[in-house]
Amino acid sequence: MGSGQRQHSAEAEQDFSNIDRAGLLAALAGILPASALLAEREDLKPYECDGLSAYRELPVAVALPENEAQVVAVIKACHAAGVPIVARGAGTGLSGGALPHVNGVVLSLAKMKKIVRIDPVACVAVVQPGVRNLAISEAAAAHGLYYAPDPSSQIACTIGGNVAENSGGVHCLKYGLTVHNVLRARVVLVDGEIIELGNHGPDAPGYDLLALFIGSEGLLGIVTEVTVKLCPKPQTAQCIMASFDDVMKAGEAVAAVIAAGIIPAGLEMMDKPATAAVEPFVKAGYDLNAEAILLCESDGTPDEVAEEIARMSAVLQGSGATEIRVSTSEAERLKFWAGRKAAFPAAGRISADYYCMDGTIPRKRLGEMLTAITGMEKKYGLRCINVFHAGDGNLHPLILYDANIPGELVRTEAFGAEILKLSVDLGGTITGEHGVGYEKINSMCDQFASDELGVFHAVKAAFDPPGLLNPGKAIPTLHRCAEFGRMHVHGGQVKFPELERL
Amino acid sequence: MSNVVEDFRSRILEKKPLRIRGSGSKDFYGGPLVGDVLETRAHAGIVNYEPTELVVTAKCGTSLAEIKSVLAARRQFLPFEAPSFGDDATIGGVLAAGLSGPRRMAVGSLRDFVLGTRIMDGSGRELKFGGEVMKNVAGYDVSRLMAGSLGTLGLILEVSLKVLPLPVAESTLRLEMTQADALAVMNRWAGKPLPISATCWHDGLLTVRLSGAEAAVRAAQATLGGEVLADADAFWDDLREQRAAFFGGETPLWRLAVPSVTPVLDLPGPILLEWNGAQRWLRGEFQPSTVREVMTTVGGHARLFRGASEAHRAVGVFRPLPPAIHAIHKRLKQVFDPYGMFNPGRMYSDL
Repeated sequence: MGSGQRQHSAEAEQDFSNIDRAGLLAALAGILPASALLAEREDLKPYECDGLSAYRELPVAVALPENEAQVVAVIKACHAAGVPIVARGAGTGLSGGALPHVNGVVLSLAKMKKIVRIDPVACVAVVQPGVRNLAISEAAAAHGLYYAPDPSSQIACTIGGNVAENSGGVHCLKYGLTVHNVLRARVVLVDGEIIELGNHGPDAPGYDLLALFIGSEGLLGIVTEVTVKLCPKPQTAQCIMASFDDVMKAGEAVAAVIAAGIIPAGLEMMDKPATAAVEPFVKAGYDLNAEAILLCESDGTPDEVAEEIARMSAVLQGSGATEIRVSTSEAERLKFWAGRKAAFPAAGRISADYYCMDGTIPRKRLGEMLTAITGMEKKYGLRCINVFHAGDGNLHPLILYDANIPGELVRTEAFGAEILKLSVDLGGTITGEHGVGYEKINSMCDQFASDELGVFHAVKAAFDPPGLLNPGKAIPTLHRCAEFGRMHVHGGQVKFPELERL
Repeated sequence: MSNVVEDFRSRILEKKPLRIRGSGSKDFYGGPLVGDVLETRAHAGIVNYEPTELVVTAKCGTSLAEIKSVLAARRQFLPFEAPSFGDDATIGGVLAAGLSGPRRMAVGSLRDFVLGTRIMDGSGRELKFGGEVMKNVAGYDVSRLMAGSLGTLGLILEVSLKVLPLPVAESTLRLEMTQADALAVMNRWAGKPLPISATCWHDGLLTVRLSGAEAAVRAAQATLGGEVLADADAFWDDLREQRAAFFGGETPLWRLAVPSVTPVLDLPGPILLEWNGAQRWLRGEFQPSTVREVMTTVGGHARLFRGASEAHRAVGVFRPLPPAIHAIHKRLKQVFDPYGMFNPGRMYSDL
């Protein structure tokens, strides 16, 4: 079936089961060398999931183009054949955004990893999508510059994936997310046409399509080149580790720091179960008696850092910190952070499996959320440890479970969905930085009404009329929401009144 | 549901061209003014302001001045320093115009601070996108799409913006130098860890504002040299509001957005540089094609900001879009405004 006959719609999932697999493989074989086209089961296996391994699917093929011309040709071939395309970077995503489509092609951009150029005067780097996040900073270091967003997977994750997810990191309170640090993206549309969004100037004419595109999870187009902003490296940085005998007090201390007019370079919270999990593993020197610890970082010139550290210490003291330690060397600062950055692997050490949540809430609702999570631990019979980008309200509860124990995964998913639902009810969102992907698609029905979901589908259709780019991800169909039974009553209105109920 | 919003809805459901207008402070900007005026100022008020959550939410008709003064009382501000161009500018108009002020290169543009919006689309539906939290990647970022859309995609009812604490210390320096030297110096400084929050060059004088911790401002002042400018706030306010002498008179004012490293442009006429050279204001009667050709060679774009004739406004004051991007614009317009009622022609003649 050609793409012309199939049209994307908000109502129901598209059916791609009638695609011509042999014809597709023949077309792709004419574009890519044999080494860049995978179609055997054992070769496809490594691509069956991304960083969220609970969901797995084998695609029809994996295409590994080396240049933009090949990307365009692959997309045109898929477009002509009406075949879904799932773009993939390093596959470190945590929401199943790169989960293959059973009737689709995985388009890996991993081979396109050239740093095209670095302009130290204009403070920009032009890179291909497969360049790793950290590799940009490494390449810019010689000029005293770096790329600011630093997701915890930065050693492996690619800039193309960062653009797709609008990735954040521990320093984004001060330095922003991907959307604040990307100037331009070169994008291949579903019909193979190339467009450029943004530019090397401060803005572009027309609607801000670059802002719309960033975080669109591979549903609007495929990036083949990105220009990022580089920032001058701060001369120095110092970190405070503050202990609290009560999680709520730690939360109030965060508010007090911000009320004092300080935007720390990093502001992270870990609860007692989290520090207990990481300390034996990393030996970061965390206070294991504290109910919660805060990490507060300042960066800038030595004088500036000294001034800010003194002000922050006073505020934390005034907020009831039971102990305050300030890093005295770069090694010690990095050790403080090592514990935080190792929270996920540490969860993997103390539990067979863990499930990471990503809701954001207004910070003042933290107490309600943590109390509710404690209740859910009892309700579902599962433990949960909490790490928290405290500065911006982005919470990462890690639910510990064992997939080999029958029923635990199902209970874990229900636990997670309840946390996300509560995030929305508290005035927040189901995902702060990991994306909706496949994982949270049902929870989208909690956050958005059918009118907004309809608009999202229409926005997708404005870029991708046949609906071939990462179908079934990020935005649920109205049918899915109705079937899922998320018929919450908001403001006296039943959601999805236009759909029949089973 | 407030009566005002219901009034908006009934106006929209008439399906006639509507010219969405706050105070009219930016009536001079963009394409021709078409349609019956839909006044937004009755829908006013700060809905939520949480200083420790760094967010303010206001209805579209709230005046920018009111928001600024409420924030200032808690030592916070809207860092993108949007121009008002008048005493009564509304926050809805500020978002729709999408303009940023002197601090743009240091902190980001208006759209960088947009967290959420509530809009009414061309079918009279109220739609909510984004929210009041800093990090939110659920759904497409439709809120930021509203920034600079000139009211062509819908009636903005409410906006949530990220706010920041006011800098502890500020100081403005003035140095004498040529335009070429100023371009070199501004770009060199931008790559250093200096607390520069605004730059402006005009007529042989480079003016640089420093903002940050006391220690950082003091140290930078010593590094950069020059004279400390007295009454600096008035200088930056007049620049932002285009009240400075350079902006006076009736001669057309072009706004050029270029990579900051672009050398001195081959366009004769009085020029004023901001944003480390990335935003250049040019006075003069130019053929649009002349300016656009120069812009194409340097990878920038031009708009006739003020002083366009009615004929020029009708053709369009913004750079035409490449066909594939234009097609996406038309399809997006169709999504939000299927009857083509909202500010028709204000951005491009067929949107």
